[in-house]
Amino acid sequence: MSFIQIEHLSKTYKGKDDSVHALNDINLTIEKGEIYGIIGLSGAGKSTLVRCINLLERPCEGKILIDGKNMPELSEKELREERRKIAMIFQQFNLLMQRNVLDNVCFPMEIAGIKRKEARLRAKEYLKTVEIAEKAKAYPVQLSGGQKQRVAIARALASNPEIILCDEATSALDPQTTGRILKLLKQINEDYGITVVIITHEMRVIEEICGRVAVLDKGNLVEEGPVSEVFKNPKSKAAKRLLLTKELSEEGEENGLN
Amino acid sequence: MGLTDIAKMLADGTKDTLIMVLLSTLFGYIGGLPLGVLLSVTDENGLKPMPALYMVLDIIINITRSIPFLILLILIQPFTKAIVGKSYGTVATVVPLTVAAIPFIARMVESSVKEVDKGVVEAALSLGAKKFTVITKVLLAEARTSLLVGVTIAVGTILGYSAMAGIVGGGGLGDIAIRYGYYRYETEIMIVTVVVLVLLMQLLQWVGTLISKKLDRRRG
Ligand SMILES: Nc1ncnc2c1ncn2[C@@H]1O[C@H](COP(=O)(O)OP(=O)(O)O)[C@@H](O)[C@H]1O
Ligand SMILES: [Mg+2]
Repeated sequence: MSFIQIEHLSKTYKGKDDSVHALNDINLTIEKGEIYGIIGLSGAGKSTLVRCINLLERPCEGKILIDGKNMPELSEKELREERRKIAMIFQQFNLLMQRNVLDNVCFPMEIAGIKRKEARLRAKEYLKTVEIAEKAKAYPVQLSGGQKQRVAIARALASNPEIILCDEATSALDPQTTGRILKLLKQINEDYGITVVIITHEMRVIEEICGRVAVLDKGNLVEEGPVSEVFKNPKSKAAKRLLLTKELSEEGEENGLN
Repeated sequence: MGLTDIAKMLADGTKDTLIMVLLSTLFGYIGGLPLGVLLSVTDENGLKPMPALYMVLDIIINITRSIPFLILLILIQPFTKAIVGKSYGTVATVVPLTVAAIPFIARMVESSVKEVDKGVVEAALSLGAKKFTVITKVLLAEARTSLLVGVTIAVGTILGYSAMAGIVGGGGLGDIAIRYGYYRYETEIMIVTVVVLVLLMQLLQWVGTLISKKLDRRRG
């Protein structure tokens, strides 16, 4: 049994007169401690898939087993407890704007009922881990995108998670900052043994830190396997197109077009 | 009437007005804040959508808000009498002021809370926060600047209504302005009273803006 096991997952958004099949019969497994990538073009259903894992989005059909527990079947209380083990970081960071950095990192510990004094001590440690301890008293508005994402990662660590879900966590950042944030995620994965699931539309992100990758296209999982294999020998149209986009953008960079 | 008498009358009037306005604002928020939160939470994009409940609350609030204050004041006189024993005077005016304030405060609270970024709410939910925690520590905490601007607007509006209540013997500065200016043609007293009202409004606006700016961390 794998750590995260998704079976026959489907999700349809029902509108007034039309409905969107965001995910169709998705099956995939993620092992403990790996960095797993999910790639696809915009609108492929990546966010829906990752949000189904912690049930921010309720699937219409299928199972999401995390360490053997089927998420959709949990009670509200069990779900809240399970969610504490699954941290999430977002493209738009989603920090509390009215709290300073330290109090943002304390937030998950407040939810877990940890005493304020201990929470602050631990928060300072997490801020050191993400190398932003000097900004403890700053407010999010005073930080750059990369710094905000570091704070978000520290906040994720503060819930002492077994899994970190990243929904386009580097898509709002410049290439250099992206590289540093990816390195940090890799380091956290190694040091804490946290399983990392990375959602992205950028090939480069997958290449840089993921072991295995799934390719999503129009709500279907079209290809899956070790990153080296999928990228060397892409079978699906979607994977080929992603590779092409990457080559074009690299050419663009070389020609100084980017 | 001597100058000292007038001064004393104005001082008493100001005190009555302040009591009326502050009490009505307080009761207005005791009712309006939970109601506003309930509206934003039960909205279709809210934390716990409940369309039927939202629709009922929405209609009730729209109805009460469309009744002009003076009419409301007269309409609910029996109710006011039942609560405070009489239907005129400073204390009695608090009742219609509160009734008028609740729906209007609820609307302002609703709109302040709806301004909070949905992403932050999701982040809190993904961390395993209870809905109640999300309401107190995310929605209300993140909306606090906007909520405080709302308080300033609420106090200002209630101050205006309280002056209107002067027409039916509502007590306070509005009462004085109408008694002397309108019924006795003592224009000077009326003007002075109105000036005091204007100053109160200015002071209030100034303090309100100052506090909400001071508390806003989004400005850096
Ligand atoms: N809340 C929603 N209501 C209706 N449609 C949605 C909603 N969220 C996503 N969708 C639709 O589902 C599809 C997949 O969206 P999403 O998972 O956000 O894709 P991605 O993250 O890969 O860009 C898109 O067609 C999108 O328009
Ligand atoms: Mg997305």
